[in-house]
Amino acid sequence: MFGTNLIPNFGEEVAMILFGIGFANLLLQKNLIKKIIGLNIMDTAVYLFLAEKGYIAGRAAPIVVDGVQSVEAYINPIPSGLVLTGIVVSVSVTALMLSLTVRLYNRYHTLDLDEISSRLRKEGL
Amino acid sequence: MAFVQNVPFFSIIISMFSGIISSVLPEKAARRLNSAVIILVGIMSGWLLIYMMNTGGSYTFMMGHFPAPWGNEIRAGALEAGMALVFSAIMLLCMWGGRKKLMEEVEITKHNIYYILVDLLLSSLLALIYTNDLFTAYVFVEINTISACGLIMIRQNGRTIEAAVRYMIMSLLGSGLLLMGICMLYDLTGHLLMSNIKDSVAAIMSAGTYHIPLIITIGLMTVGLAIKSALFPFHSWLPDAYGYSTVSSAAMLSSLVSKGYIFLLIKIFYRVIGFQTICATKIINVLFVFGLCGMVFGSVSAIWEKDIRRMIAFSSVAQIGYIYMGFGLGTTVGMVASIYHILAHAATKSLLFVSAIGLTDVSGGSRKISDLTGSGYRNKIAGVGFAVGSFSMVGIPMFAGFITKYLFAEAAVMHPSHKMLPTLIVLGVSTILNAIYFLKTFINIYVPAKAGEVKKKGYCKFTIRQQKLYTVTIILFIILNLILGLCSQSILRVITVGLNNFA
Repeated sequence: MFGTNLIPNFGEEVAMILFGIGFANLLLQKNLIKKIIGLNIMDTAVYLFLAEKGYIAGRAAPIVVDGVQSVEAYINPIPSGLVLTGIVVSVSVTALMLSLTVRLYNRYHTLDLDEISSRLRKEGL
Repeated sequence: MAFVQNVPFFSIIISMFSGIISSVLPEKAARRLNSAVIILVGIMSGWLLIYMMNTGGSYTFMMGHFPAPWGNEIRAGALEAGMALVFSAIMLLCMWGGRKKLMEEVEITKHNIYYILVDLLLSSLLALIYTNDLFTAYVFVEINTISACGLIMIRQNGRTIEAAVRYMIMSLLGSGLLLMGICMLYDLTGHLLMSNIKDSVAAIMSAGTYHIPLIITIGLMTVGLAIKSALFPFHSWLPDAYGYSTVSSAAMLSSLVSKGYIFLLIKIFYRVIGFQTICATKIINVLFVFGLCGMVFGSVSAIWEKDIRRMIAFSSVAQIGYIYMGFGLGTTVGMVASIYHILAHAATKSLLFVSAIGLTDVSGGSRKISDLTGSGYRNKIAGVGFAVGSFSMVGIPMFAGFITKYLFAEAAVMHPSHKMLPTLIVLGVSTILNAIYFLKTFINIYVPAKAGEVKKKGYCKFTIRQQKLYTVTIILFIILNLILGLCSQSILRVITVGLNNFA
């Protein structure tokens, strides 16, 4: 029946909605800082999705302590690794975007990308 | 294991470490190291290509101590080796052709950074070509984006920084979608290695479950990579980024960076999802339509453009459209034509960028096409280079562009269903449009300038002796173009063998 998986999977749904919000912000906002915030929301949504998918209720962290070697006892550690890698990538990309924004702001004293473009066109560079 | 099988790993690691070492080297040493590394990678790839063509197969190379499905892997075959060879050859020529301009436009203290970025770009391109792991591919896609952004903004003015910001925004949208797609695919299949995913996807398809999530996943990854490689409706960042950055950057961006993403998409089609599954999902029809639109609209925008660099940039939009149109045909013949076009366009577009800069230099630095009158006489070698590039783009026999147009037409005619007619019509229209703007420019640069104008516009003259490296570069570019145009049979054999190994 349609909708039976809606409640158990609400974490993934929230992640998807956040992804959409972040994507739309990155695409549509004029203000560069808001764009970068959108980028971060979008990336974080992916991590939420991975974290949701990596967790299996009732299982332990994937570290063998009591000699229990059965696969059934532990969650999957790979999504956590992917989240860490993704965070590193997104931090570096955010830093790069922020530094570009600082440069543009120092030059044009505005954060509005469209305004910067129209001024560039007037300069005729 | 034969020693030559270490080549993919060595080429990635050498180019990456040379970037790290360059950060502490003086400018001249960094430049030499950069050239040496690119040449070395090219030679090694050639060696690997010969080996792969002799054995005819492909192999996977275990990275680290853990075998599949847990460890990371590199995979190499004839197609990968060939791509690496062509990419490194073109990158070397781009660096040589733009060196003089780089000296003029970029402060000497920043040259080191430029060579670091180029080394990183090379290593990420090689990693995209060779990797067998989807998440590694994502990480290197991001490294590729970051170094490409640095290449755009190395020349500091308002225009390039704005172009870099726009490039980053569109690229990040694309990589966000790609990352989401990869995560969902990992969810569906439980694997990150391409060959394992393919088995799981086949199992999913035959079981008939999770069909819609799989289609969404494919869609996310395809759209993400299409945005990053500037397929038609997502090309708004392209003209500024290619038009105002320094010439080596523009040439590398158009000929290598976008092609790296496209090659990754081909790998996803063949090695991750499976070509039959992709064709069954109808996603290729969307690519087909946007490819056709790009072929026409890119050329129309190029006709309206008055700035020669931006005109060449818009022409890239049209050529990317050709490549996606070949994907959209959904046949192996179409795919082979697309891969050939990747090579032909890479060789031709970088030649056009490099020779256009020679023409604008002798025309008082003006980039307007109307100011370039007679520049083909003032800088002879650049004029010849531009002529060869234009002929190749228009599709005149002997040059690389002709072969791809021929292959596309052949693929269209052999196509079983209704896609034949639109492909042939748009191919014809697009060729005519190409001819309009390229031949218009070509005629303009070979019309002698009026005597009064020479002084007024600050025209000057460059002889071949004044620009030895530039001349050698253009000649090598022309030779590369002729090789692609005249030795098509052996190159086609490499592509076919490589594609067979993919499937």
